[in-house]
Amino acid sequence: MDVEFAPEDAAFREEVRSFIEENYPKHLIGKDRGDLSKEDFLAWHRILHTKGWVAPSWPEEFGGTNWTVTQKYIFNEESARFGTIPPLPFGVGMLGPVIYTFGNQEQKDWVLPGILSGDTWWCQGYSEPGAGSDLASLKTKAVLEGDEYVVNGHKIWTTLAQHADWMFCLVRTTSGDKRQDGISFLLIDMNTPGMEVRPIITIDGGHEVNEVFLTDVRVPAKNLVGEQDKGWTIAKFLLGNERSGIAGVARSKKAIDRLRDIARGELEDGEPLLNTADFSKKIAELEIDLTALEYTELRTLASESRGKGPGPESSILKIKGTEIQQRITELTMEAVGNYASPWVPAAEAGDNYLTIGPDASHGVSQTYFNNRKTSIYGGSNEIQRNIIAKMVLGL
Amino acid sequence: MDFSFTEEQTLLRNMVQSFVQDNYDFDTRMKIIRSEEGMSREIWQQFAELGLLAAPFSEELGGLDGGPIETMVIMEELARGLVVEPYMPTVVLCGGILNRHASKEQQETHLPSLIAGESIWALAYSEPQGRFNLADIVTSAKADGAGFVLNGTKAVVQGGPWADKLIVSARVSGGQRDQDGVSLFIVDKSAAGVSTQDYPTVDGGRACEVTLENVAVGADALIGEAGKGFAILDEAIDYGIGALSAEAVGHMKQLNDATVEYCKTRKQFGVAIGSFQVLQHRMVDMFMEYEQSVSMTYMVNMKLTESEAERKKAASGAKVQIGKSGRFVGQQAVQLHGGMGMTEELNVGHYFKRLTMIDTQFGNVDHHLKRFAAA
Amino acid sequence: MDLSYNSDDNAFRAEVKEFIAEAFTPDLQAEAARSKNGYISKQGHITWQKRLFEKGWAAPNWPAEHGGAGFTPTQKFIFTQEMDAAGAPHSIPFGLTMVAPVIMAFGSEEQKQRFLPDILATNVWWCQGYSEPGSGSDLASLQMKAEDKGDHYLCNGSKIWTSMAQHADWIFCLVRTAKTEKPQQGISFLLIEMNSPGVKVAPLVTLDGPAEGQQEINQVFFEDVKVPKENLIGEENKGWTYAKYLLEFERGNPYSAGLNRSLKKVKEMAAEIEANGDKLANDPDFARKATDLERQIMVMEATELRIFAEISAGQNIGPGSSSLLKTRGTEIQQDVSELAVEAIGQYGFPFVEDTLASTNEPDVGMDGAPMVVPGYFNKRKTTIYAGSNEIQRNIIAKAVLGL
Ligand SMILES: Cc1cc2nc3c(=O)[nH]c(=O)nc-3n(C[C@H](O)[C@H](O)[C@H](O)COP(=O)(O)OP(=O)(O)OC[C@H]3O[C@@H](n4cnc5c(N)ncnc54)[C@H](O)[C@@H]3O)c2cc1C
Ligand SMILES: Cc1cc2nc3c(=O)[nH]c(=O)nc-3n(C[C@H](O)[C@H](O)[C@H](O)COP(=O)(O)OP(=O)(O)OC[C@H]3O[C@@H](n4cnc5c(N)ncnc54)[C@H](O)[C@@H]3O)c2cc1C
Repeated sequence: MDVEFAPEDAAFREEVRSFIEENYPKHLIGKDRGDLSKEDFLAWHRILHTKGWVAPSWPEEFGGTNWTVTQKYIFNEESARFGTIPPLPFGVGMLGPVIYTFGNQEQKDWVLPGILSGDTWWCQGYSEPGAGSDLASLKTKAVLEGDEYVVNGHKIWTTLAQHADWMFCLVRTTSGDKRQDGISFLLIDMNTPGMEVRPIITIDGGHEVNEVFLTDVRVPAKNLVGEQDKGWTIAKFLLGNERSGIAGVARSKKAIDRLRDIARGELEDGEPLLNTADFSKKIAELEIDLTALEYTELRTLASESRGKGPGPESSILKIKGTEIQQRITELTMEAVGNYASPWVPAAEAGDNYLTIGPDASHGVSQTYFNNRKTSIYGGSNEIQRNIIAKMVLGL
Repeated sequence: MDFSFTEEQTLLRNMVQSFVQDNYDFDTRMKIIRSEEGMSREIWQQFAELGLLAAPFSEELGGLDGGPIETMVIMEELARGLVVEPYMPTVVLCGGILNRHASKEQQETHLPSLIAGESIWALAYSEPQGRFNLADIVTSAKADGAGFVLNGTKAVVQGGPWADKLIVSARVSGGQRDQDGVSLFIVDKSAAGVSTQDYPTVDGGRACEVTLENVAVGADALIGEAGKGFAILDEAIDYGIGALSAEAVGHMKQLNDATVEYCKTRKQFGVAIGSFQVLQHRMVDMFMEYEQSVSMTYMVNMKLTESEAERKKAASGAKVQIGKSGRFVGQQAVQLHGGMGMTEELNVGHYFKRLTMIDTQFGNVDHHLKRFAAA
Repeated sequence: MDLSYNSDDNAFRAEVKEFIAEAFTPDLQAEAARSKNGYISKQGHITWQKRLFEKGWAAPNWPAEHGGAGFTPTQKFIFTQEMDAAGAPHSIPFGLTMVAPVIMAFGSEEQKQRFLPDILATNVWWCQGYSEPGSGSDLASLQMKAEDKGDHYLCNGSKIWTSMAQHADWIFCLVRTAKTEKPQQGISFLLIEMNSPGVKVAPLVTLDGPAEGQQEINQVFFEDVKVPKENLIGEENKGWTYAKYLLEFERGNPYSAGLNRSLKKVKEMAAEIEANGDKLANDPDFARKATDLERQIMVMEATELRIFAEISAGQNIGPGSSSLLKTRGTEIQQDVSELAVEAIGQYGFPFVEDTLASTNEPDVGMDGAPMVVPGYFNKRKTTIYAGSNEIQRNIIAKAVLGL
C-alpha cells in the first residue's frame, strides 16, 4: 500500500508536463467539443508519435513506451489535466493490440505503423441494426470466393467513419449452431467499391456516428485477422482492452475544475453560485464519488501491475466513470442557468458568429445531450451490471 | 373534491389532440423548426380559428372564458406533438398578465389582435445576471413626462424572435433585487431603441436577447401600478408553471408509451428487451414519475386561483416534481432506446431535450425547492 | 376539477376531529408516541378499538348491514387522514380489514354470525397466517398441510412473520389441501383457534430490539392440530381466490397525513437540536432534505386525492394505483425515519429496550430519542411486507405497462 509517487515518478511527471505544455498545438487548447476537424483529431497524435509516446500501452517491440503502470497513469493524468485531445481509440486502443496479438507478420508490418503515425484512420464496424448489446447476432455476411471475401451487410453507429481509411469489421462467415462460432474479423478498405457511409446526426446536432452499407464489397482474404470463424475471441479480447482509461478519472477532475470555475462566475442573488449551499454540496458529492472511483481504479491498476489481467472489475470503472461524467455535464448545464438554452452552432474557423451569454455556457447543453451516449456504448451500463452480476457475484 | 373533466374540457382535449395528430406530425415539426423563421404562421392562424388563442379570455373580450384547467388540457395535448409555436409566451404568460391585470383600455387595445392570431407576444423578464430571481432587475424605467424611458438587457426571451409585442420587466425604483419598484411595460418590438439578437434554442425553439436603449413608451404601456409589477410577474410565472407542468406531462406520456412499445418490439439475445426485469422496473419508475407529475399538474392548476401562499407552494412543488421527473424520464427513455435514442432522427431525443430545458425554464429544482420552503 | 370538500364532508371532518380529541386520551397518546414498531400494548389497542366501536366507527370498510361505519369513500379518506394526522393507533387490521371481508364475501351465514360481531367489537384478536419459511413473495408455494380426517382437518406446518400472534385468539391460514399441478389450486382458507392443542408461538426478534412480549412478529408452529371442518371458509381448494380478494384490502391506503405527521415530529426535533451554534432546522442541508420530503409528501397527497376522487366517482382503483401508493408511501416513510436518525446524531446510540414502560427518567439526549433509531430499523419492513416493493413494480409492469 503506497499512494505516494517515488522520486523518479515525480521526475517523469515533470517531463510529461513540460512536454505537453511546450508542444501542444496552441489552436487546440481548450477545444473539447465534438466540433473537431480530421486534422484537429490528428495533430496531437502526430506530435506524440514523433516523441514515441503515442501508444504507451503497447509492448515496446511494436512501438510502445515500456512505461511502468505508474508512468502510464501519470501520463494519462497529465494529458487529462491539460485537456489534450487523446489519440482516437480505434487504432491505438483497439486494433493495435488485436494485430500484435492475433495478426500475422505481414499484418503487423502493414497495420501497426499506420496506426502509430496516424496516417491510417480506423473505424470500428461491430454494431448492426439488429445487433447492439447482443453483438453475436450480427448478420453482415462474408463469403469466400477464391482469394476474396465478398461482404454484404449493414453496420451502424460507426464512429467517425466519415474520416476513416479503413474499418475493422466483424462479419459472419458461417452460420453455425452457436452464434458466436461463425464470426470473423476482417480489415476493410473504406475506398473499396460497395462501401457507402451515411451520416447519423445525434441529438446534440453533431455528426459523430454513421451507418455503413456494404454491398458486394470484395476484401482480399489476406485481410482476415486470425482464423476464419474465430473472430469472436478477438472481439472479446478487444472489448476487454477497451477498458484502459475507461473510468476517465483525470478528465473528470478537469471537468469538475471547469465546473467550479463556471459556478464561481455565475451569480445567484449576487453571490457566486459556487458559494451557495446547494451547489457546493453537489460539487462536493461529485468529488467524493470521483475520489472513490480513483482509488478503485488505482487498486485495479495495482493488481494489474502484479500481473493480473483486467477483470470484470473494469465494469465498475465503466459504470461509475460514465455516471460521474454524465452528472458533471448535467451540473455544468445547470450552472449556467438560462444560458443553457441557446443553441450555439459549432464555431468554424474564422467564424465571427456573435455568441450569446457567457463563454462558459457555450455548448454545455449539447455536451450534456451528447454524453448520454456514454452509458449506452462500450457495453451499456445495464450490460456491465449483468457482467458484474455474473462474473463477480456469481449470479 | 373532483378530479374529473367536464364534457367541454374533454371535447377541447379531443379537438387539440386530433389537430396535433393531423397537422403536426414529427416530420412537419422538423420542417418547421428548421425553417428560416422556426415556427409556422399557418399553424398559428389555425390555432386562432380553433379558438385556442381565445381559450383563457373573458367572453366580452372575445374569449372563451376558460381557466387554468383548459390551459392545462391544451398544453398537454400540444406537448404531445412537441409544438413549438408560442402558446406559452403569447397566451399563457402575456395574455394572462393582460387578462388579469391590464386596464380595460389596454385589454381592448391588445387582446383582440392576440386572440385573432395577428400579434405574437413574448415576456422579457429575465436578465443576464439574474439567474432565476424574477426581481433581479437592472433594466431601468425612468419616468419621462407621462411615459417612461427604458434601458437595459433582457436575457433568453423565449419566443422573442417571433414577437410583435413584448412585456418587459423594468425597475422604476429600488435596489437591484428589491421586489418593490418593479414594473411591467408593454413594448412594441419595432419601437426605436429595441434591438434583438435572435437564436435557436437547444430544444427546438427560438429565443433572443433584447437590448433596450432609450426606449420611450407612453403611460399606456404600464401594466398595473408603477413599482408594483413584481406580484403580477410572480403570479404570471406560476400560471406559466401550471401550463409548463402540463406540457411536461404530455412529453413524459409520449416518452413512456414510446419506450414501453420499443422494449416490447426490440429484440436482443433472442427476446424482447422488455422481458429483462431491470428494464421493467426502470419503466415502472418512469411510470410512477409520470403519475406523480400528473397529480401535481392537476393540483397546481387547481390552486392557481387560491391564496398567494398556496399558489406559490403548489407551483414550486409542481415545478420541482416535473423538473426531476422530466429529467429522469427523458434520460431513461434515451437509455432504453440504446443508440436509437441518441439520434436526431427519432422523436425520443427531442422530447428528452425539451424535458431537459423544462427544468431550467422558470427556475430549476434548487430554486423552487427554496421557494417552496419559503412559501 | 375542484379541490374543495363539500359542507357535509367538512362537518364530518369536524366530527372526526372531535372524536379524536375525546377518545385519543393522554395515556394512549403517550403509548403511541413511545412505540418503536407502530404497535402499542394489547390493552391499549383493545381500548382504542372499543372506543371506535362505541362510536360506530370500528369498521370504516364494512357495509352498514354488518355494522360498518357506512362511510362514503370521501368520508373514509377523511377519516384515515385525520386519524393519521393525530397519530392515533392503527386498528389492528387482521380481523377488521382482512379476514372479515373474506368471511362476508365467502363465509357461510353461520360463520358470519359467529365471527363478525366479535371482530367488530374487538372481542377477539386475529392474526394472519400466510407466509411460511419457504413462501414469501411466492405465497402460492406454501406447504402447511391440512389433511381431511372426516369431520376435521389435521394441520401440520409452520407460519412465519405472523404479526402480533402472541396476542391472538384466532389465526386465519392458507393451507394446502391438495397437491395439484398449479400450486394455486390446492390451497384452502382455514380459521384456527390459537389455543388448539399443537399450536405453538415463538417470538421473532426484529432489529428494533423489542422488549419481551412486545415483539412484532412470530413463528407459529402447527403440530397435529385438529381443526373442525366448519372452520373452512368457502370451498376447499379455492382459498387462493379468497386470499387474492383479501390482498386488495391490504393496499390502497392514503399515506400522506401520517407522513406529514412523522415529518413534523422530525422538524420539531431539529428545531431543538444545536448544530454549529444554530438550530439544526436552520442548516441549509438539513432544511433542503426536510423540504424535499415535505414536497414529496405533497405530491403523494395530490396523487391520493386523485385516486380517491376516482374511487368516489365509483371507479375501481386499479392495480397500478394501489401499487404506486404502496411503493411511494413506504419509500417516503423510510426516508423520513432516516432523516430522523440523521437529526438526532449521536443521541441515536443509547438503547432502551422497553420504551412503552412508564418511567420517570427523562430520555437521554432529548425527548423521544430512544424510538428514533429503532423506528428507522423497524421501518425497513415496509418495503418488504404487504407485497414487497419489487413485487409491486412487477405488478405495475405487468398490469399497467403490459410487459
Ligand atoms: C455515440 C455512439 C457511438 C458508437 N460508436 C460505435 C462504433 O464506433 N462502432 C460500433 O461498432 N458500435 C458503436 N456504437 C454502438 C454501441 O456499441 C451500441 O449502441 C451498444 O452496443 C448498444 O446497442 P443498441 O444501441 O443496439 O441498444 P440495444 O442493445 O438494443 O439496447 C437497448 C437497451 O436495452 C438494454 N439491454 C439490452 N440487453 C440487455 C440485457 N441483457 N439486460 C438488461 N438490459 C439490456 C440496453 O442496456 C439499452 O438500455 C456506438 C453507439 C453510440 C451511441
Ligand atoms: C414486520 C413484518 C410483519 C409481517 N407480518 C406478516 C403477517 O402478519 N402475516 C403473514 O402472513 N406475513 C407477514 N409478513 C411476511 C411478509 O408478507 C413477507 O415478508 C413478504 O411476503 C416477503 O417474503 P419473504 O420475507 O419470504 O421474502 P422473499 O419473498 O424471499 O423476498 C426476498 C427479496 O427478493 C425479492 N423478490 C422476491 N420475488 C421477486 C420477484 N419475482 N421479482 C423481484 N424481486 C423479488 C423481494 O422483493 C425481497 O427483496 C410480515 C413481514 C414483516 C417483515
